[in-house]
Amino acid sequence: MALLTCRDLSLGYDGHEIVHGLNFNVESGDYLCVVGENGSGKSTLMKTILGLLSPLSGEIELGDGLKRNEIGYLPQQTEVQKDFPASVWEIVLSGCQNRMGARPFYRKEEKDLALSNIEKMGIEPFIKRCYRELSGGQQQRVLLARALCATQKMLVLDEPVSGLDPVVTAEMYDLIARLNREDGITVVMISHDIAASLRYADHILHIAEHLFFGTTEEYLASDTASAFLKGGDGK
Amino acid sequence: MTEIFDKLSLYLQFSFVQYALIVGVLIALCSSLLGVTLVLKRFSFIGDGLSHVAFGAMAIAAVVGLTNDMPLILAVTTLSAILLLRTGQNTKIKGDAAVAMISVGALAIGYLLMNLFSKSSNISGDVCSTLFGSVSILTLTLTEVWLSTVLSGIVIVIFVLFYNKIFSVTFDENFAKATGVRTGLYNLLIAVVIAVIIVLAMNLVGSLLISALVIFPALSAMRVFKSFRSVTICSGVFSVVGAFLGILIAIVAGTPVGSTIVATDIVGFVIFLVIGAFAKRKA
Repeated sequence: MALLTCRDLSLGYDGHEIVHGLNFNVESGDYLCVVGENGSGKSTLMKTILGLLSPLSGEIELGDGLKRNEIGYLPQQTEVQKDFPASVWEIVLSGCQNRMGARPFYRKEEKDLALSNIEKMGIEPFIKRCYRELSGGQQQRVLLARALCATQKMLVLDEPVSGLDPVVTAEMYDLIARLNREDGITVVMISHDIAASLRYADHILHIAEHLFFGTTEEYLASDTASAFLKGGDGK
Repeated sequence: MTEIFDKLSLYLQFSFVQYALIVGVLIALCSSLLGVTLVLKRFSFIGDGLSHVAFGAMAIAAVVGLTNDMPLILAVTTLSAILLLRTGQNTKIKGDAAVAMISVGALAIGYLLMNLFSKSSNISGDVCSTLFGSVSILTLTLTEVWLSTVLSGIVIVIFVLFYNKIFSVTFDENFAKATGVRTGLYNLLIAVVIAVIIVLAMNLVGSLLISALVIFPALSAMRVFKSFRSVTICSGVFSVVGAFLGILIAIVAGTPVGSTIVATDIVGFVIFLVIGAFAKRKA
């Protein structure tokens, strides 16, 4: 059974429909990139998968024992976070909240988990540093470590490389690819970077007037892809 | 100098001065704890808005002739707090505009009611003392001291128990919600606690100056400290010291209590600003 199945999904908010008739599924271990133009509904899809928005119609089914609150989420940076006094340790540890229930304080196992993810992301030199003083790439690693604390199965990433320079972007992609390959973590990524999506992902979901879902090879052979790649938005 | 200390030690023997110090310090501590969250969530002005609502409620209570106006004020303020924090996420009227609207509206209605119906001969005096804090902090009864102590105690316990949840809701509400934290519930909790603090703090500094108790400690601590925990602890200490010194100065110098505390906080803020600037240059 698939990890995530979307059937006849209609998305939008305030009763305003953006996407309809969305069908796709994500198997365990997949690397799916969601591409499409600005305003096509990529972020809305992501928020719906995470349960932040409810679908207008259709259904989202989670399988393989994946629970809604066990999806690791890497959001785009918010205005609030740019001036937020928090140490790397505090932020990564907050990724363990979904294990806490009503329990008020962290136990040793949560602290160990946070520490191991900090090491995995290579940010242990900054563990006591303030988040807002780190570079963009370091900040993304912190948020990725936090997302890893929340999941063992599935990461949902919202444009993880936006605002990063080319070198750091490449490092970030490699890091995500390694998590997918070595730790078997399923990746669902929203991306503007069509070239990188084609290079790393094994499945593509293209949200536009003509929806496309399939493997990367199928996508490259499709009409949707050729139109999109020729058009202005393809980089 | 010794003269001042003599005067102080004399005053400190009076129970009303002791009451004022206890209540003042507790309220300052509570407001500073939540202040960090409010400042970071861009809700600095909610304190201001709510205190004006509390002023309006107080005016209504006076007009209706309630002798014990606390429950009414608390209820109205809590309700407004919930409404305001809700509109923060809602669409039609944005958070800041909603705060401004409710706050000014409540202020105007409150003053209007007081003028139309008040039997007091000194309306402007009444209004002034409600807005800027009167000597009422120095005329607390034992019951009021207990009430303030218990409510402050509850606020502090709630804050400590939910500290980690409050952090995660403040830092990244979407992530928190996606990982199953009941963000709506905690926003509600924050709203209710804020309302309680505002109503308590009206005694201390009056409804116009409450924002100062919420904002100054948090902003000062944020100049110097870098983690959420150290900022929270520092703003608590800052606020307690500010309130303590402020009350003592006010008693010795005979100045209004509320504005003296705020003035002390401003001085503290400037000191932290300078320390922060130096620390940055050194780094």
